[in-house]
Amino acid sequence: MTLKVSMKVNGKPVSADVEARTLLVTYIRENLRLTGTHVGCDTAQCGACTVLMNGRAIKSCSIVAMQAEGADIMTIEGVAKPDGTLHPMQAAFKENHGLQCGFCTPGMVMNALDFAKSHPNPSEQEVREALEGNLCRCTGYHNIVKSIIAGAKAMGGKL
Amino acid sequence: MNAPLIGARVQRKEDYRFLTGAGQYTDDVTMPNQAYAAFVRSPHAHAVIKKISIDKALKAPGVVKIFVGQDLADAKVGGLPCGWLITDVKGQPMKEPPHPCLAQGKVRYVGDHVAVVIAETLDQAQDAAELVKVDYEELSAVTDAAKARKAKPIHDIAPDNTCYVWALGDKAAVDAAFSKANHVTKLEFVNNRLIPNAIEPRSALGSFSRADDAYTLYVASQNPHVERLLMTAFVLGLPEHKVRVVAPDVGGGFGSKIYLYAEDVVVTWASKQINRPVKWTSDRSEAFLSDAHGRDHVTIAELALDKDGKFLAMRVKTTANMGAYLSTFASCIPTILYATLLAGQYTTPLIHCEVTAVFTNTTPVDAYRGAGRPEATYVVERLVETAAREMKIDPAELRRRNFIRNFPYQTPVALQYDTGNYDATLDAVLKLGDVSGYSKRKEDSSKRGKLRGIGYAAYIEACGIAPSAVAGSLGARAGLFEAGEVRVHPTGTVTVFTGSHSHGQGHETTFAQVVADRLGLPIDNVSIVHGDTSKVLFGMGTYGSRSIAVGGTAIVKALDKIIAKGKKIAAHLLEASEADVEYDKGEFRVAGTDKKKMFGEVAFAAYVPHNYPHDKLEPGLNENAFYDPANFTFPAGTYVCEVEVDRDTGAVTIDRFTAVDDFGKIINPMIVEGQVHGGITQGIGQALTEGCRYDASNGQLVTGSFMDYCMPRAGDVPMFKIDTRETPCTHNPLGVKGCGEAGAIGAPAAVMNALTDALGVKDIAMPATPQTVWKHLQEKSHARV
Repeated sequence: MTLKVSMKVNGKPVSADVEARTLLVTYIRENLRLTGTHVGCDTAQCGACTVLMNGRAIKSCSIVAMQAEGADIMTIEGVAKPDGTLHPMQAAFKENHGLQCGFCTPGMVMNALDFAKSHPNPSEQEVREALEGNLCRCTGYHNIVKSIIAGAKAMGGKL
Repeated sequence: MNAPLIGARVQRKEDYRFLTGAGQYTDDVTMPNQAYAAFVRSPHAHAVIKKISIDKALKAPGVVKIFVGQDLADAKVGGLPCGWLITDVKGQPMKEPPHPCLAQGKVRYVGDHVAVVIAETLDQAQDAAELVKVDYEELSAVTDAAKARKAKPIHDIAPDNTCYVWALGDKAAVDAAFSKANHVTKLEFVNNRLIPNAIEPRSALGSFSRADDAYTLYVASQNPHVERLLMTAFVLGLPEHKVRVVAPDVGGGFGSKIYLYAEDVVVTWASKQINRPVKWTSDRSEAFLSDAHGRDHVTIAELALDKDGKFLAMRVKTTANMGAYLSTFASCIPTILYATLLAGQYTTPLIHCEVTAVFTNTTPVDAYRGAGRPEATYVVERLVETAAREMKIDPAELRRRNFIRNFPYQTPVALQYDTGNYDATLDAVLKLGDVSGYSKRKEDSSKRGKLRGIGYAAYIEACGIAPSAVAGSLGARAGLFEAGEVRVHPTGTVTVFTGSHSHGQGHETTFAQVVADRLGLPIDNVSIVHGDTSKVLFGMGTYGSRSIAVGGTAIVKALDKIIAKGKKIAAHLLEASEADVEYDKGEFRVAGTDKKKMFGEVAFAAYVPHNYPHDKLEPGLNENAFYDPANFTFPAGTYVCEVEVDRDTGAVTIDRFTAVDDFGKIINPMIVEGQVHGGITQGIGQALTEGCRYDASNGQLVTGSFMDYCMPRAGDVPMFKIDTRETPCTHNPLGVKGCGEAGAIGAPAAVMNALTDALGVKDIAMPATPQTVWKHLQEKSHARV
């Protein structure tokens, strides 16, 4: 059985007929072909699939697409400016070598964006706690923590 | 031109695409008319397959085709080969049981591949896979390496489940030295089994074109050419030139994506059978079951010392778990990459190591970041630290008394170190880690009711793998050189093709720095291409911290040829003698004159050869080079770790971790630091959080998800203090040694030395989880009562 689902993704209205069991991440990756949102696990532990839903970071593997009916979704593809200029948080990851293989990176950035809205000047400890739901196997987190502190300062509490 | 590029913290070229979601990993690639594969895997650790019923599954919605082992056997699809032949103590070849891509009559571990279901959608493939009914007759299973030899045989050709018994060193001389020693330190431990868990799960997309009679395989691989060679020559019997393997963006490897896996073969083969592209992407649960695991040694190790703490001899006996089948390089990890490192940084004159490799009903075990060298470092550095404590000698001082200081140095375990300076890294780490302030910090911890400990690890690794002739004499079935191509375009920009593969290491930046520096060009004029057999001439891929030392050198050799040819062209254009032409900073100059040609002018002349020495030179400016290293490289360093233990919970906090490494010349310090951070964190994971567990009663994988297998998270590690010292490698032109694995090699011993110090115990098992530590503290406090 398929159901019609409609939402806004990166500012653009989209709709499709999906199966009831179709996860939001599957909808984003397979239907919309926005492949920047990644799937790194099947137990909601790794955070590679993190997107913003109505401004809040959520794991898009943990809800079905239907639950995002009418929602405003932002994926990693929607973060940079339309002219391609990196968002300050993205720029901070680049400047601080906060990524290696890049696979966890979109989830890290999306989580960091939500976190930084309420933490314009975070401590190392606050950042580490905020990363509880995101796994990285490459960086040892050292430079991700630095990136998020720098990115949050650059954002000044605004997305 | 500008500031030097070698040694510069150049931001990465690859970051923009990863930060904007524009990376292209294998699962991101979709082909028209693509079908999806789901594998039916064994739920049993050891069983005979009585019958496979696929009728019901075939009728499920969307199912295109189902293949079982017999289909592959009928099509004469071979098994997965092992790339390294170990010869045992009796001169006999190791036992190499067949490793079928889909099970033939028997399954040997939970997750073993039994059938593949191909359907229109992934959901349909997975739904139908559940309808494939397999009747099994269960057999008893063994998961523990120490118990394998007496367990039910897993393969007919290895009735005692032994793959080989191998040894290195002079046992009689070692035994004699032990009998005369003033002090012997002995440890028995398990080097815990780890699951690599690159965050990108493996994925493979095979397709076949009838028009070209050719296959294309997109696959998450660290070495696409090796994958193609093994698959075409040994498994599918296909002409190599009719198969293209592309490893696009790859989300981490750590060893686990070196190997040729059954899924890669099956989707490639099946794509021709159904004449459609077939994609398989592992979910994490499958990854836990089917990606090659790492480590899993059971070891007894002894160090003999004289009264002054001079090391006289080392004796090591290890049982290594191979898992159910031999993975691609499984056999060389606990032998060639392990026993040869047991000299460490020390002058120990006599070493004997015996390794028994056994089959068990577990996932195959192969190289995982460090591959043999973390296990060797753990042996050496746990022994040394323990000996220091037993003999009441400062652990740094004991190391100093035994450091190798004369190079080149021939170890008793086959390797010859070309260069090093172990005092320099030790001195530096003591200072950077403020070891002199340790006692004050211990007092502070004590006041807060916490236990504190300090531990060292002085590691060495053999990287830059490897001189092919040496590797061949030790059983390698492949060469271990690297290839590179420098293609100068008519306008003077440059594309470089490398056989190395980047899956996080940043080759597109580091290699571009090398090329731009050598040619004196802006780095933006250089692009690095890797990971596609249809573009790159050849390659052995990325593992063993070999990329810059071997792959980078191949590029340098090709650059030398470019400059040599450029000089000839410039000499002609400038009407000068070739011998008088010098190349520097992007300009060909006639020595002692102001006559010059820019690099771009020479490139243009090579492609628009109107005024050109046609009698002496071909047009064009494109050069290849293959580089086979003269020796391994020997990165080394010293790590110091301080831990704090909560007596009430058993939780261990890494309070300080300081590392000073000698990687030889460094091209991009920012990238090198990132490699060290990541490596150390994996090492901390091995020491404190990560441990693969099987249920010994039935062979089920207990740690089968991120909820059971504890990966280090941001809160588990501190900010690291790291630095480097530099003794350039003597046998490659860049003076580089490699840095990819060091952290994972040195960290486990440093952490466990610190923890045992804090607890005042000789040994405690890895991973030292809060539960393990808490139990230990309880036993200790009860023992006191």
